[in-house]
Amino acid sequence: MSHPLPPDEPAGRPDDPAGPARATVEAVVRREHGRVLAGLVRRFGDIDLAEDALGEALVTALERWPADGVPPNPAGWLTTTAARKALDRLRRESRRGDKHAEAAMLHDPTPPDPTGPVTDDRLRLIFTCCHPALAEENRVALTLRLLGGLTVAEIAHAFLVPETTMAQRITRAKQKIRNAHIPYAVPAAEDVPRRLTTVLAVLYLVFNEGYLASGPDADPVREDLCAEAIRLTRQVREVVAPLGPQPEVDGLLALMLLIEARRPARLRDGVLVTLDEQDRSRWDRALVEEGHTLVRGCLAVGRPGPYQLQAAVNAVHTDAPAAADTDWSQVVALYDHLMRLAPSPVVALNRAVAVAELDGPEVALAQVDRLGLTSYHAWHATRADLLRRLGRVPDALAAYDEALRTAGNSAERTWLERRRGAVSLGT
Amino acid sequence: MPQYLLSVSHPADFDPSSVAEEDMQRMFAQVGAFNDELRSSGSWVFAGGLMPVSDATCVDATGPEPVVTDGPFVEAKEYLGGFWVIEAADLDAALAIATKGSAACEGKVEVRPFQGE
Repeated sequence: MSHPLPPDEPAGRPDDPAGPARATVEAVVRREHGRVLAGLVRRFGDIDLAEDALGEALVTALERWPADGVPPNPAGWLTTTAARKALDRLRRESRRGDKHAEAAMLHDPTPPDPTGPVTDDRLRLIFTCCHPALAEENRVALTLRLLGGLTVAEIAHAFLVPETTMAQRITRAKQKIRNAHIPYAVPAAEDVPRRLTTVLAVLYLVFNEGYLASGPDADPVREDLCAEAIRLTRQVREVVAPLGPQPEVDGLLALMLLIEARRPARLRDGVLVTLDEQDRSRWDRALVEEGHTLVRGCLAVGRPGPYQLQAAVNAVHTDAPAAADTDWSQVVALYDHLMRLAPSPVVALNRAVAVAELDGPEVALAQVDRLGLTSYHAWHATRADLLRRLGRVPDALAAYDEALRTAGNSAERTWLERRRGAVSLGT
Repeated sequence: MPQYLLSVSHPADFDPSSVAEEDMQRMFAQVGAFNDELRSSGSWVFAGGLMPVSDATCVDATGPEPVVTDGPFVEAKEYLGGFWVIEAADLDAALAIATKGSAACEGKVEVRPFQGE
C-alpha cells in the first residue's frame, strides 16, 4: 500500500531542513494528486504502477527540492519524474512483456483518446472508480484515495473502520479493476445515464468529506476536496449535456455551489458558525447566483429529484437577506417532497429542524425523539438545541455530552463545547 | 484479449422435464441466436450446457487411494447449469455480452475473468 507521504511525518517542522520542501510537496500532493495520478494511469494503464511511481517521485522530490529549490511547475515535475520511474520499473519487470514497455516508452505522444466530449483523465478515473462492478462502499474509498489523494488512514477514519480493513478494501478494488479488466474510460453516451447515479453519489460524498472532514485530526474543511468535487461535477455535466436535460446533475452542482458559497462564513477561529449566525456578507455571491440559476433551470424541466430538492432548500436559505427572513414554510414543504421521494432518518431530522422554526421546538422535539438516531452526533446536537430552547437545562446538557461523544471533527467539537458551556451558565 | 467465463446456475431442485415444451423451445431458439451472434462477432471461444447435477460424479485423489462417489462435491442451493467462454476487450464489453446472454437463457449470468493475460 503506497501512501503519498508517510502519514506520521509532521509537515514542515521549522528545525527540519526538508521542512519547507515537505510542506510544498504536501500542498502539491493535495492539490494535484488526482490530476498527476490520472495522467499516469492513462499512460500506463495500471493503477498500482502509477501510484508506486508517484510515490517514488515524491521521495525524490523530498531529496532534491531542499538543495535545488522547488521547480516552477511542481506538478509537471512530478509527472515527468514519476513517468521515468514507471518506465524504469517496466524495463526491470520482464514479465510485463516488451510490447507493453515499448508502447509506454514513447513520449506520451498523443492526447488522450477522444472517448467522449470530455477527455479529462480524472473523469475517466472517476468512472473507473465508480464502476458498478465494484462494491458501493469501495467506490467512494477508491475515489477519495486516487482522486482526492487522501491517505488510507484518513479514509479509514472517514468510514469509521480500522485502517487494515480499509487497506484491504482498496487493494481488493484495485485488484478487481486489473483482473476483470474494468476499462479506464468514460462510458459510451448511451451507458452514461445508468452509470450517472453512482458517480453523482460518490461526488457528493467526496464534497461532504471536504466540507466537514470526519477525522478528528483532519482539517475541519478540506477546500481542495470541495473544489475537486465541484470541478468533476461540472465536467460530468458537460459529458451528459448532449443527452438532453439531466436535472439531477444540475441539482447536485447547484447543491454543492450553494453550500460552498457559505464556506467563507462557516468557520471563525477554528469554530463552526451555524447558518443562523453566519455573516451573510461573507458569502460568495457569484456562487450563490450560479446556484440559483441552476435551481431555476431545474424547476423549468420539472423532474424533481433528491439533489434538486436539497439544492432548492439551500436556495431558500441563501435567498434570505437575514436568518430571520428565511421562508421556513417553503423549507418544510421541500423536505416533505424529499421525504416522499427519498425518505431517510437524516432527511426527517433536517425537516424537524425547519419545523422547529415554523411550529416551535416542542413539536420538533417530539418528531426528533421518534427518530432515535442515537449513534448520529447531529441527532444529539439537534435534541440538545431544542431542549435548550425549551429551558430543559439538565436534559440539554446530557444531549450535548452525547453529541460530543459522537462528534468527529474538531471545529464541530469546539462549537458543541461552547454551546454546552453557555447552557450550563444559563445564558 | 481477456477471456471471461459466463456461467448460468440452476436451483438445486431444477427439473428440466418440468419446463413446458414451448418455454424450452423458446429458450433454445434464443440461446441459439445468441450463440450465432457470438460466433460472428468473434467473441466465441466455447460454450456448453450441462446435464443435471444428479448425473455428477466426484473423484477425490488427494488421499492414498482415489475415491469415486456419486453426486457433486459441494452441496449447494444452486448448481452450474451451463456456461460460455468468451473473449472481450474489457469488462464493459463482457457485461454487454452477458446482458444479452442472460436475456437469451432467461437466467442470471455470473461474469468471471480468466487468470493471466
